[in-house]
Amino acid sequence: MELQTIWFFLWGLLWAIFFMTDGFDFGVGTLYPFLGKSEEDKRAMINSIGPFWDGNEVWLITAGGVTFAAFPKVYAVMFSSLYTPLLLILFALILRGVAFEFRGQIEDAGWKKVWDLCIFIGSFIPALLFGVAFANIFRGIPFDGQGIYHGNILMLLNPYGVLGGVLFLLLFMLHGANWLAMKTEGDLNERASAIAQKIWLFLVPVAVLFLIASAFATNLYNNYISNPAYIIVILISVLSLLTIKVYLGKKAYFSAWCASAITIVSCTFFGIIGLFPVLFPSLLDAQYNLTAFNNSSSPMTLAIMLGVVVVFIPIVIVYQMWTYNLFKGKVSKEEMEY
Amino acid sequence: MDPVFLSRLQFAVATMFHFLFVPLTLGLSIIIAWMETQYVRTGDKIYLQMTKFWGKLFLINFAVGVVTGITLEFQFGTNWSRYSEYVGDVFGSLLAIEASVAFFLESTFIGIWIFGWKKLSAKAHAVVMWLVAIAGNLSAVWILTANGFMQHPVGYTIRNGRAEMTDFFEVLFNKFSILEILHVIPSACLLGAFFVMGISAWHLLKKQHVEFFKKSFRIALVFGLVSSLVAGFTGDLHGTHVAEVQPAKLAAMEAHWETQTSAPLVMFAIPDEKAGKNLIEIGSIPGLLSFLGYHDFGATVRGINDFPANERPPVAITFAAFRTMVGLGTLFIILMVYGWFRRDKLMESPTFLKIMLFSIPLPYIAIEMGWVLAEVGRQPWIVYGLMRTSDAASPVAGYQVMISLIAFIVIYGLLGGVGYYLIAKHAIKGPVSLLADSKH
Ligand code: HDD
Ligand code: HEM
Ligand code: HEM
Repeated sequence: MELQTIWFFLWGLLWAIFFMTDGFDFGVGTLYPFLGKSEEDKRAMINSIGPFWDGNEVWLITAGGVTFAAFPKVYAVMFSSLYTPLLLILFALILRGVAFEFRGQIEDAGWKKVWDLCIFIGSFIPALLFGVAFANIFRGIPFDGQGIYHGNILMLLNPYGVLGGVLFLLLFMLHGANWLAMKTEGDLNERASAIAQKIWLFLVPVAVLFLIASAFATNLYNNYISNPAYIIVILISVLSLLTIKVYLGKKAYFSAWCASAITIVSCTFFGIIGLFPVLFPSLLDAQYNLTAFNNSSSPMTLAIMLGVVVVFIPIVIVYQMWTYNLFKGKVSKEEMEY
Repeated sequence: MDPVFLSRLQFAVATMFHFLFVPLTLGLSIIIAWMETQYVRTGDKIYLQMTKFWGKLFLINFAVGVVTGITLEFQFGTNWSRYSEYVGDVFGSLLAIEASVAFFLESTFIGIWIFGWKKLSAKAHAVVMWLVAIAGNLSAVWILTANGFMQHPVGYTIRNGRAEMTDFFEVLFNKFSILEILHVIPSACLLGAFFVMGISAWHLLKKQHVEFFKKSFRIALVFGLVSSLVAGFTGDLHGTHVAEVQPAKLAAMEAHWETQTSAPLVMFAIPDEKAGKNLIEIGSIPGLLSFLGYHDFGATVRGINDFPANERPPVAITFAAFRTMVGLGTLFIILMVYGWFRRDKLMESPTFLKIMLFSIPLPYIAIEMGWVLAEVGRQPWIVYGLMRTSDAASPVAGYQVMISLIAFIVIYGLLGGVGYYLIAKHAIKGPVSLLADSKH
């Protein structure tokens, strides 16, 4: 396989891991105002993601950094075309990050309300906007051969873009609800599990609609038609989505959470495989498309970076898994201080 | 609304704000790791109490540092897309390596440190703090290597209309980057030390928690003394290297207009950029500039007027920034040496304690001025000699940048205000007794 092909899929993999890990934090944050009735609930919700969210967010930084390193022109054109939504996401992440730290510093109801709101906004906006952005990437963005964007922000809110946003939001909410069901006890646990069931009911039709709409709004299916074996990815995402319901019914929350993780990864790969070899399609003319082959870094840089990634990413995965293992089990009351 | 100008302003706001928090993270993490190690070694609870007290301030500062870094990582793409396309092959890889090698380590282990007090043995917990400190400083190494490439590009060739890497090790061992690393990390340790000493001085002046803050002060004093000397020493080395590879910056930071041999060093001046000379000059020492730049009193030093008009950096800012930094650096060395001799008589010298208290902001000023010197002095180049800043910006509409710039100023302003308020609040409250404290 050429280096460019390897990098194309590594690029997709990093985004998929980011959605899978930070996805449940976004979900917990989005559900936070709805499930966090008492101060104790809120503390439990925050503490359930406390040790993890920062490390999870680094997958975003790495996905961004790797885009820069391996496909500099994609990094340049993608992020400058998506200027406003990207900055909105970043500002939201700022609010979320400081909210976790600042909230507990002063014992005052009004103070806590402000940061509660920031936790919600900081989780909801990225969950929604990443979906909008990725759906628009699947569909194509109006930029020309110079990498200049011809359009405005509202054009990103086309029906397919919005559908993608809702899909991501619901996926992350379900993933977060599963996480909470797994990590909490008592009343909160029951409410989390009940809301997970409800979200699932909304998610299924949205997912089906998205799969259908993709046939009209994008070229994603071309690769599946020329290579039907890839359809297995779609099957996996559909199957894992269905099994979530089964596991929830059995109160097997860890399994339900694993199933939602697989759903998120396979949904991302549904798009990545469909795009190949294009990373960033132009809506104006296919000749402007930025592909893995027409804008990658030099072979030397790709080789060096491959070495770095192959050595360090597995190490990261090992110590992050160790962290998940260290803090496994239900969030206990006595540790509920951040 | 010129997107280039606005993007420069926005980048300056974002980096300078990020760097209000970064150096404390770098310096204080090492000091705290040291304190926690002392606890493990001696079993003396006062070190545990120190770890927790300084750790609390550290975490508030850390949170702001992290969130302001994320926007920077993406601004090369949003605002400097032409630049990113041109140097991504070299520069992008350094950023990606930074994330996969350093940020993961730092962000994962800080979570363990915060939540792991009961899950880990005291020894393992101290090791975790060392990992956090090492990872933070490692991230500085990588980002400074990236910055060094912009200051003095090496290990590349121009191919396919962009800079492509030809020698990874040349990029890694760029002398400019190494000097930046050797200068910035001690500066950050110095800032961390002044922070600890300043807050300790406040409590010592009030005669509260005396034992606790005397010990904290002593630890920080050692860090401060060593790092002030190292920062001054590596700063001097840095200056000679700048003279060699960025002569226009050297001329600007010294407000040196005419090329001459045995060039004098001016202590103070008011440069007039239009007239191409200094309006006022005070305290000129013959030959000293030649000596500092080239370690030879007779050396020729090029003056600003010798450079084409479109290759001159802004003189007044660069000059003032350099003077401020070096002046403060000298003051820090004096304070630390004096403090070292008074180290056993701290309680008897309230004036010294007061000076240390009011000195908390000074390293912040020095460190920001250092960056202004390095970055403004590099103008009009974004990559020295290779690409101009005016050619580097994204083709985005000016109004978009205007809106985001305002958003940056508002959000960061609030964030900084709240962050420092909380740090001050907890600093003033002082350490909590361990018996009453069930928290981490
Ligand atoms: C000399 C040190 C230094 C310098 C010049 C910079 N940073 Fe920084 N950065 C750090 C030292 C640091 C740090 C000490 O490692 C931080 C501060 C708080 C933290 O968690 O890590 C950090 C955090 C931090 C983060 C968040 C990491 C996380 O989530 O853990 C990002 C994405 C960046 N930075 C990116 C940048 C970029 C793109 C810069 C260039 C314009 C930059 N930083 C300048
Ligand atoms: C954190 C410490 C830093 C501070 C305080 C700082 C400060 C500044 C300032 C004041 C400017 C504006 C200069 C001008 O436009 O006249 C600037 C520009 C810039 N700096 Fe830095 N800088 C820092 C670190 C870095 C690093 C580490 C990098 C790269 C790795 C970097 C890359 C840039 C770029 C791309 C610009 C914009 C183009 C330009 O105006 O030259 N900076 N910085
Ligand atoms: C005591 C004498 C000092 C000398 C002679 C000195 C010298 C220098 C020089 C020549 C540069 C320019 C590098 C460039 O243009 O790229 C520089 C940069 C810088 N200085 Fe200093 N410095 C001193 C003290 C300090 C102190 C006390 C601090 C902070 C506490 C500091 C922080 C910085 C920073 C952050 C930079 C920018 C990064 C870099 O280029 O290394 N310096 N210094």
